Amino acid sequence: MDMPVLSLRNLTVDIPTRHGTLRPVDDVSWDIAAGEILGVVGESGAGKSMTGNAVIGLLDPPAHISAGEVLLEGERIDNYTLAQMRHVRGKRIGMVFQDPLTSLNPLLTIGEQLSETILRHLDVSKSEADARAIQGLDEVGIPSARNRMGAYPHEFSGGMRQRVVIALALCAEPTLLIADEPTTALDVSVQAQIIALLKRLCRERGMAAMLVTHDMGVIAETADRVAVMYAGRLAEIGPVSQIVGQPRHPYTDGLMASTPAASAGQARLRQIPGAMPRLNRMPDGCAFHPRCPRAQDKCRVDPGPKVGTADERAACWFPIEQDEAAA
Amino acid sequence: MSLVSVQNLTRVFDVSKPWLNRVIERLPKRMLTAVSDVSFEIPARTTYALVGESGSGKSTIGKMVVGLLRPTEGHVEIEGVDLVTETDAAVIDRIRSDIQMIFQDPFASLNPRWRVRDIIVEPVAARGGDTGGLAEKLLTQVGLSPDDAGKYPHQFSGGQRQRICVARALASEPKLIVCDEPTSALDVSVQAQVLNLMSDLKDEHGLTYLFISHDLTVVRHMADTIGVLYLGRLVEEAAPGDLFTKPAHPYTAMLIEAAPRLDAFGREVEPPEGEIPDPTDPPSGCAFHPRCPLATEICSVERPRLEAFGSGRVACHHAGEIALKGAA
Amino acid sequence: MSNLPDATRQGVEPLDRMEPAEVVQPSRWRSIWDADVTWSFRHSPVAVIAAVVTLTMILSAIFAPWIATTNPFDPASLNLMNGFSRPGVPNAFTGESFWLGTDDQGRDVWSTILYGLRISLFVGFMAVLFALVLGVLLGLLAGYVGGWVETIIMRVADVQLTFPSILVALLIFGVARGVIPIEYRDQMAIWVLIVAIGLSDWVQFARVVRGATLVEKNKEYVQAARLIGRKPGAIMLKHILPNVLSPVLVIATISLALAIIAEATLSFLGVGAPPTQPSLGTLIRIGQDFLFSGEWWILFFPALTLLALALSVNLLGDWLRDALNPRLR
Repeated sequence: MDMPVLSLRNLTVDIPTRHGTLRPVDDVSWDIAAGEILGVVGESGAGKSMTGNAVIGLLDPPAHISAGEVLLEGERIDNYTLAQMRHVRGKRIGMVFQDPLTSLNPLLTIGEQLSETILRHLDVSKSEADARAIQGLDEVGIPSARNRMGAYPHEFSGGMRQRVVIALALCAEPTLLIADEPTTALDVSVQAQIIALLKRLCRERGMAAMLVTHDMGVIAETADRVAVMYAGRLAEIGPVSQIVGQPRHPYTDGLMASTPAASAGQARLRQIPGAMPRLNRMPDGCAFHPRCPRAQDKCRVDPGPKVGTADERAACWFPIEQDEAAA
Repeated sequence: MSLVSVQNLTRVFDVSKPWLNRVIERLPKRMLTAVSDVSFEIPARTTYALVGESGSGKSTIGKMVVGLLRPTEGHVEIEGVDLVTETDAAVIDRIRSDIQMIFQDPFASLNPRWRVRDIIVEPVAARGGDTGGLAEKLLTQVGLSPDDAGKYPHQFSGGQRQRICVARALASEPKLIVCDEPTSALDVSVQAQVLNLMSDLKDEHGLTYLFISHDLTVVRHMADTIGVLYLGRLVEEAAPGDLFTKPAHPYTAMLIEAAPRLDAFGREVEPPEGEIPDPTDPPSGCAFHPRCPLATEICSVERPRLEAFGSGRVACHHAGEIALKGAA
Repeated sequence: MSNLPDATRQGVEPLDRMEPAEVVQPSRWRSIWDADVTWSFRHSPVAVIAAVVTLTMILSAIFAPWIATTNPFDPASLNLMNGFSRPGVPNAFTGESFWLGTDDQGRDVWSTILYGLRISLFVGFMAVLFALVLGVLLGLLAGYVGGWVETIIMRVADVQLTFPSILVALLIFGVARGVIPIEYRDQMAIWVLIVAIGLSDWVQFARVVRGATLVEKNKEYVQAARLIGRKPGAIMLKHILPNVLSPVLVIATISLALAIIAEATLSFLGVGAPPTQPSLGTLIRIGQDFLFSGEWWILFFPALTLLALALSVNLLGDWLRDALNPRLR
């Protein structure tokens, strides 16, 4: 299957406000193939959640897609009507959000929520839907799934709830999973369990996944490819080993270097001076140039080369080459 | 004498349903033991880190150390003074001005209706001290501009607000600062700035930190001694070098292996088993035994005591027997 | 690996700020003009009209002695022969003409409305102020201290809510009447009105403030204040109070409309403003008696005024609630 499951082409999101138009997502393009996990990493305000929302059509007005396309298995979905999107969500795209507590309806049992979702998207009988629900719970590792069908969300622990949410996202057998900070609210050991679960499910089902997070460690463990976002733009994209081990964009390099693990044994951490620019105060040219140790005149004027759908390219005029990194 | 001495600290919360419900439904009282018999010492000018997952009691211990919560049993001594039993108001006041705290949420830590200047000098102003120019001086020390003193918190970013919290913590020239997850809500690059700031200030002012966190990488970088908590119990205490290369307690080993690592791409590791048990109904004996690969019969019967082991302390019947899979 | 600057001490330059230095700070007035609340006001025709009406009425009430043609509260200036004059039509007996007519005692309706507005607005504002101060303080106390203090305050509030507020006001009136000696009754009537309406209204303030206090109490800035040893009173008044005030403002505005109507109701029932100082409610009561005998203006104009005032204050409160609601922005 050569066609990518998800394809973003020059996606741009604008928010008109009375102070001017903000652009939280600026000309982002990438592909995700079947069975591949793309990790979208960036700090707060980088636009990664907004990109995820744009894909599934959950942008809060007045935010809207002002340019570009979103293609799901070859068809454009960014211009779908509400009714069409409702059909897509759940059936073809599954979603997992950060807070398992608010992702589940506290007044319905998990069995009811699962069956209802299955019945909505698949053409099966009620008893068949129940059986699939139990199977789904089993697959995500809920012990004695059959007995737990009648339980309410508050009766589960945080990790178990997130598993239920994943089961809910996958019960209609989507081809794409979008997970927005799925492990941020969880403990370290539970986080490891959920990561392993996601990897296994994607592999077994050949499902594409877009994993949005600010946690570099989670990305390194889970993703096959990584897209680094900065101030709404795509800074760098490539295989995880390259992004983490040999980053080409100075921002990615700074990000990796400023984690505490990278400064093992030293008294001070390496830090990137300054902070990500606010959307209403974007610098001209490259968004990162005010903080970049390699910035030159060209960077102050020109935003940087386009990062296309081909792998391993950084939006930088003077990317870090391999021989430099070794020095 | 250590600056901080925590002895047999215990804190129990009553989480029973309201009296009427209990009578009607015939339920027993439910008590949650958040902290159980924790003892440790913090020498002056060092950083002691408490690390653990949710339900480990680390925040509760932090609050008891600064006096926001009273212990159910045991006591906390700061410079030899126990704030709970001390009667001399002058002594209480002196010790209070030597303790400060930095909180996790930079957005809720600052009163949105107060100006930054008033927020920062409050620890001194409330005691009638002289506050002229103090806010500006502290703002410069934490890397912000003196002009920021007249602004309101909502005009700053998360990292900047955390710096303001640090400035406030320094106002009364404290000796001990308890940091409760100070960088957990911040992005990685901002975290690096704030952690560096805290290290620099520690050296300049001779501070002592009690650093509470769930993030092992941060703790490894900041701490001189690390205490690992599980379900309110201190299970291991060691220096970072020892803890991360040769942990003596199986839970510590599990934490270290489970933590996501940057150089781990392509690694296939078995995630840990099970989940943290319900603190209102903890397992008998050692709280970790249901999940422990080394558990034997004695582990479910007798709670292990915290004893010296190498250069640190461990509470385990099989201390030192666990081996880390793969390099740390 | 890295191209980052050397990891030595960065000096004390402002690290987080990389914005251009030429950003001009707008002047104070410009900031207020540009603020979200003001913008919302300017773009809401309802709010502007309501504000204009309310402001007109307040100014009329303040400047009543200068605008009114007569002083209706001064019995000596009244001429019974002027009674029942039609609006705009010269009186058959005295030849005087009154813009809105006169009532049964010869009082000029226009002037009485203006002076009556004074009473309505004064009582309204003061009653709301009283209810606000009482309710906010009790709410703060209940929310912050908790325990049996909270239980007592909230149960008293609950019990009071089971009575209609007019009934509570009447009750207080009855008690006052029994307590105050007869020669002071007229003078004290206004203050009794204020206390009565205020006491019937404090509960909603207390409830809202208690809820908001419970939320703020657990925030870290309160813990930081407790940590340095600040007394509960200082924390409640200096830290928590400023943060729970915004819903109070909305409730106060709507309460004002209700207090004005409550005063009119009580005066209508005969227990409010004294007969020598008629308020809008009194006029309505008087006018009601004569409505079907043809002297419609005695009821009509005061009722219209009351309606306009209560409606505009209410609409202003509605707009304020929407403008201050962060979720709707």
